[in-house]
Amino acid sequence: MPILSIIIWLTILGGFAVLFAGEERCRGVSLFVAVLAFLASLRLYFGFDSGTADMQFVQQVPWLPAFDINYSLGIDGIALPLIMLTTFINIIVVISAWRVIEDNLPLYLAAFQIMTGLMVGVFAATDAILFYIFFEATLLPMFLIIGLWGGPRRVYATIKFFLYTFLGSVFMLVALIYLHHGSGSFAIADFHQMPLTSGAQTLIFFAFFIAFAVKIPMWPVHTWLPDAHVEAPTAGSAVLAAIMLKMGGYGFLRFSMPIVPDASMQLSWLMILLSLIAVVYIGFVALAQSDMKKLIAYSSISHMGFVTLGMFIMFGIMSDAEPESVGIAQMGLEGAMVQMISHGFISAAMFLCVGVIYDRMHTRQIADYGGVVNTMPVFAAFMVFFAMANAGLPGTSGFVGEFMVILASFKASFWFAFLAATTLILGAAYTLWMVKRVLFGEVANENVAALTDVDNRETIMLALLAAMVLFFGLWPQPMVDVMHATIENLVQHVTTSKL
Amino acid sequence: MKLLYILTPLAPLFGAIACGFFGRKLGRTNSHRVAIAGVAVAFLFSLIALIVQMGDDAKVFNETIYTWMVSGGIKFEVGFLVDRLTVVMMTVVTSVSLMVHIYTIGYMHDDPGYQRFFSYISLFTFAMLMLVMANNFMQLFFGWEAVGLVSYLLIGFWYKKPTAIFANLKAFLVNRVGDFGFLLGIAAVLVYMGSLNYTEVFAAAPAVVGQSMEVIPGVAWSVMTVTCICLFIGAMGKSAQIPLHVWLPDSMEGPTPISALIHAATMVTAGIFMVARMSPLFELSETALSFVLIIGSLTALLMGLIGIVQNDIKRVVAYSTLSQLGYMTVALGASAYGAAIFHLMTHAFFKALLFLAAGSVIIALHHEQDIRKMGGLKKYMPVTYWTSLIGTLALIGFPGFSGFFSKDAIIEAVHHSQITGASFAYVCVLLGVFITAYYSFRMFFLVFHGETRMDDHTRDHCHEPPRVVTVPLILLAIPSVILGAMTIGPMLFGGFFGDAIQVAPEHDVLAELGAGYHGAFQFVLHGFKTPALYLALAGAVAAWFIHLQKPGIATWFAEKFSVVHRILDNKYGFDAFNEKVFAGGARQVADRLWKVGDVKLIDGLMVNGTANGIGLISNIVRTLQTGYLFHYAFAMIVGLLALLSVFIFSA
Repeated sequence: MPILSIIIWLTILGGFAVLFAGEERCRGVSLFVAVLAFLASLRLYFGFDSGTADMQFVQQVPWLPAFDINYSLGIDGIALPLIMLTTFINIIVVISAWRVIEDNLPLYLAAFQIMTGLMVGVFAATDAILFYIFFEATLLPMFLIIGLWGGPRRVYATIKFFLYTFLGSVFMLVALIYLHHGSGSFAIADFHQMPLTSGAQTLIFFAFFIAFAVKIPMWPVHTWLPDAHVEAPTAGSAVLAAIMLKMGGYGFLRFSMPIVPDASMQLSWLMILLSLIAVVYIGFVALAQSDMKKLIAYSSISHMGFVTLGMFIMFGIMSDAEPESVGIAQMGLEGAMVQMISHGFISAAMFLCVGVIYDRMHTRQIADYGGVVNTMPVFAAFMVFFAMANAGLPGTSGFVGEFMVILASFKASFWFAFLAATTLILGAAYTLWMVKRVLFGEVANENVAALTDVDNRETIMLALLAAMVLFFGLWPQPMVDVMHATIENLVQHVTTSKL
Repeated sequence: MKLLYILTPLAPLFGAIACGFFGRKLGRTNSHRVAIAGVAVAFLFSLIALIVQMGDDAKVFNETIYTWMVSGGIKFEVGFLVDRLTVVMMTVVTSVSLMVHIYTIGYMHDDPGYQRFFSYISLFTFAMLMLVMANNFMQLFFGWEAVGLVSYLLIGFWYKKPTAIFANLKAFLVNRVGDFGFLLGIAAVLVYMGSLNYTEVFAAAPAVVGQSMEVIPGVAWSVMTVTCICLFIGAMGKSAQIPLHVWLPDSMEGPTPISALIHAATMVTAGIFMVARMSPLFELSETALSFVLIIGSLTALLMGLIGIVQNDIKRVVAYSTLSQLGYMTVALGASAYGAAIFHLMTHAFFKALLFLAAGSVIIALHHEQDIRKMGGLKKYMPVTYWTSLIGTLALIGFPGFSGFFSKDAIIEAVHHSQITGASFAYVCVLLGVFITAYYSFRMFFLVFHGETRMDDHTRDHCHEPPRVVTVPLILLAIPSVILGAMTIGPMLFGGFFGDAIQVAPEHDVLAELGAGYHGAFQFVLHGFKTPALYLALAGAVAAWFIHLQKPGIATWFAEKFSVVHRILDNKYGFDAFNEKVFAGGARQVADRLWKVGDVKLIDGLMVNGTANGIGLISNIVRTLQTGYLFHYAFAMIVGLLALLSVFIFSA
């Protein structure tokens, strides 16, 4: 049974079904589609063999044979967790939109279903052109979501978002065509094995870098993200932060590092530098925000710094030839993966928390709040919990990835670890300062006094995310376990020179 | 036994969950019953563990409970190490916690957040047990941060109070500064010793001695020293050592029971416990030990001095806690780990007692905390009076009381220590004895003796609080008196801790002291030959003379030496400095980076600049699109010619 295809087309076609289901039934239909897709992805998890680095659940159909393009799918240990995350967040998104969106709800829900299918396609595609098509296609539903249901500056935000990410991926397309030229195939696996000269590797590295650095995003090509988040509707922000950013991190793992390992090594200093700038600089910038969504957006960028750091720190670790270095390099990479998944839960939860009070007060300004705990105690408990997770408290999933990456970077250099660990202070400072100003204190104004606590729908939505954050914080083994073989293989592959 | 050890922390966790999630359904009485039952079970199990471990042929329990994660061949586990050091901590934590749980029934009686409070303190007990029972650094860090979380929640328990929510954010952030160092220390341990499991790390540590790392290029530092100092920075945060002490006095904004439990008896001693646990590492770096010693002695002396000028009853006790934590740290620096844990234990009881007694006074006076508005309370609240006296005597180290033994042991240990900075530390701790006695009795006399200075209404309603408050006081007073004499022999000189604490022979000051030890009574007699005792008495007498006999002296002194008074009153300016440089500085840096870096440079210049540039170019290019067919045809012909010539000439 081609489960990957089922998940992808179930949600995409399901999206069209939602569109035609009408105002009344669209909620039920989309929830049904979302739950079904999640159950199908559970089937992936339980059928997954974590002992091998090979692609699993493989499906290959010739698509455009004249151009060597195939419709080929498959997953390994880095794609599986991301797909699970995608289908899980999709359910949360449906719940979050249940009662909030008033105009054109079917289109809204349909856009999310279609986007889910496309995003699963991104993580499952093993053909470069198929990947590229999914990668680009995800822009369209997001463009619609921000453009139609966004805030007052949505036009600026959507154009910035679209141009930024589109410009990035054009370079990737050039690189893919170049690679096809040399290998006669569009299979990503063939690219991995293809010998490349040093000069070609550098060019290809930068082509991929532009595409993925914009997506994840890295400093200094990050400024589209805060604007997009601020203008996007709540669920849009949640998906953007939880999953779309991860396409960039996934790209580095799937394309940059294995296809051009030597260039990745030579330029790892740049990647590490930009990652540390993201952690420290963006951490400070987050502190200066007065808009909650902007603050969380900057916090996302800062957390993504750990993803790229965890990946490229392996070159710093492997520079000495000690045997235990391989293990620590793997830990850094797995830390980057864990950070991506965990951030998916936590950032979605933070954006949904803001959404909950935004729906009631219609403002995102921190200054408009104060003492929310007095009127919304249950909500406050959730938000404090997610804030703590965002600040990397042990026992929540937010701790795991950061912990692994900081431990690994110490192996490369004391100062890398030192700068990365500043997130302990900065992350706590910007998150908890916001919590203090929004939640605690006397009731700030009559709007806050009139607030009502979370209803059942919101409680379920936040509780599901909280359960995930807590579960993986207390026991990350199930998540990490599926990655081992793939990551081990990746480290071995990347440390073998192509020159 | 494994099951028992697992259930010990889980019992209070169960209580916390029950009160936290179902508190409203359970109601007040059932909530506190569940919470107290949970902690009582933990206390009982800790006692069993203590008895088992005290046995002569007791085996150390060191087992994994579950594998948290395996990554890169490194195992991250959750597991328990129960040896004698652990059981002492477990017993101290659960017994004080139990007393505080009971006391809370009375103290928080009218508070709307009753169940929430019980949930938090039970959660704290769970986290603290996880911390002390850990057999690896990962779990230690979990417990470490978890107690920090609960401390954050409890300091901000009254979330409407601006001072409380300021204090809890400050406490969390200052602790995070410590944790920052701690995490780097843990990373160093993993990278250089290849494991996070205590046993494996301690086994691998001697091989690391002599290895160096270059933190600053060109300067080789001993790996062991860097590791230990990083770990100790964590301890400085949690155990509030200078300059990371600033959060502890402010933490008094929280309800009094937690000041007793968390900010005096247990959580703040986590740093002391951690260093004692890491003795096999610290013993390998004399530089780190000296660092610990100096920081500890500065804290012991300077924080005690601030205690003299405080007028808030809880803050006096808080500064006293800081100073006593300094004593424990000094003991660690002098390699007298046993003495540090011994003082930690006695201090936990008498300081919890002093806090709860202060709380008792606070309830009786309707939440008045200014000692200048108290006085003469002896006749209104006899139980509180007598238990406070016992606590105070224990604190100043009056011969025979538990504090005497532990403090004297530390002073003697420092006296014998040969490590760099020991003589400085000796002076500090001796001066500290005088100061401790002075501020303690100053408070005692101002609160309980002399004329009553409260208003008539308060005085008329002033009475001893209910039994749930006084019984814990009495129960805590008992160990404050007898615990020292009972346990000094075995704990300090009897090799009680076995392999849990390792001391290099050349550092072993306790063994030197032990050679001259002939029973607790003899120890008391010996105390009469040391300056410490007379300094303590002098301090108490000075307090009596200045604050009861000639009350004018204090004001005269404050005016005459206004500079000194001002320095102490401003707490050496730490708060102002931090507020201005770190908090203010960070906000300014943040603002600059955002407004200049992101908004002006990246967005303004690069992004929108590019967009504007493209706009300009397209304006020019637009003029080429004339719409006349012959223009386009002409351009095509020119292009074709150009291409042709390229092909022809290149061929």
